[in-house]
Amino acid sequence: MEKVKELPLKKVMLICSKGNLEDVYAALVMANGAVMEGIETKLFFTFFGLDAITRSKMDKLHTATVGNPAMRMPGGLPFPTLLGALPGVEAGVSSMMRKQMDALDMPPVSEFLELIVAGGGEIYACKLAADMFKLTKEDLWEDVSGIITVGDLYEMCAGERVQIIFT
Amino acid sequence: MAIKTIAGVNVDVNEEGYMTDASQWNKEIAAGIAAEEGVELTDQHFELIDWIRNKVAVGDSLTIRAIGKSGIVDAKQFYKMFPGAPLKKATKIAGVPKPTSCI
Repeated sequence: MEKVKELPLKKVMLICSKGNLEDVYAALVMANGAVMEGIETKLFFTFFGLDAITRSKMDKLHTATVGNPAMRMPGGLPFPTLLGALPGVEAGVSSMMRKQMDALDMPPVSEFLELIVAGGGEIYACKLAADMFKLTKEDLWEDVSGIITVGDLYEMCAGERVQIIFT
Repeated sequence: MAIKTIAGVNVDVNEEGYMTDASQWNKEIAAGIAAEEGVELTDQHFELIDWIRNKVAVGDSLTIRAIGKSGIVDAKQFYKMFPGAPLKKATKIAGVPKPTSCI
């Protein structure tokens, strides 16, 4: 059988619509990984995902301690939902997660975005969601390339070997 | 495992072309690999390559973040120096294994 030559991916558009720590990092790791591979990379934040590019919130993201069945206590025992609902628990768990990430050389959100932009990646905010949350360019991180519409997003995804990934 | 002739010397490489014996590496070989990768090496490249080789020798994992904090270049310059996939190219030229880190 003739061997088909596999062509590398040219462009990725990652969409992040959630504002909790793990979903934002999933998008950031995927975007940074694409940049590192030399793939043209665009990252689009919408709805609660906008927290990740909002100056006042980006480096203080939380992980949900309620309604997260995969959450475990240190040591591996299940994490009771009622405990997660207590004041301060979510903040404490989130800060612990951030420390563990830092130990693996995963940078804070703002620094991660800087790395992506340094490699040529582009960051966008969703116009509809920004309007809904009453956010303007001034509220957003300085290197956000623009607040764009869904139509703009699809235009950017034109071409061959392009993937749109929703994290 | 294969043997490849780079800059007139036979060196051991793996299937992706990464050198498997760091002791065989020298600057001429680095320049030979760099030419294949489309990179022309400057003094700054060599300074960074030395830094990478030292890091790998002591068992540290390599990330672009760490290189950006090396004091030699920032992340943006690093991407410019090794266009395309900088970490893969830089390690290949430095004669060290391909990094296994995701970040």
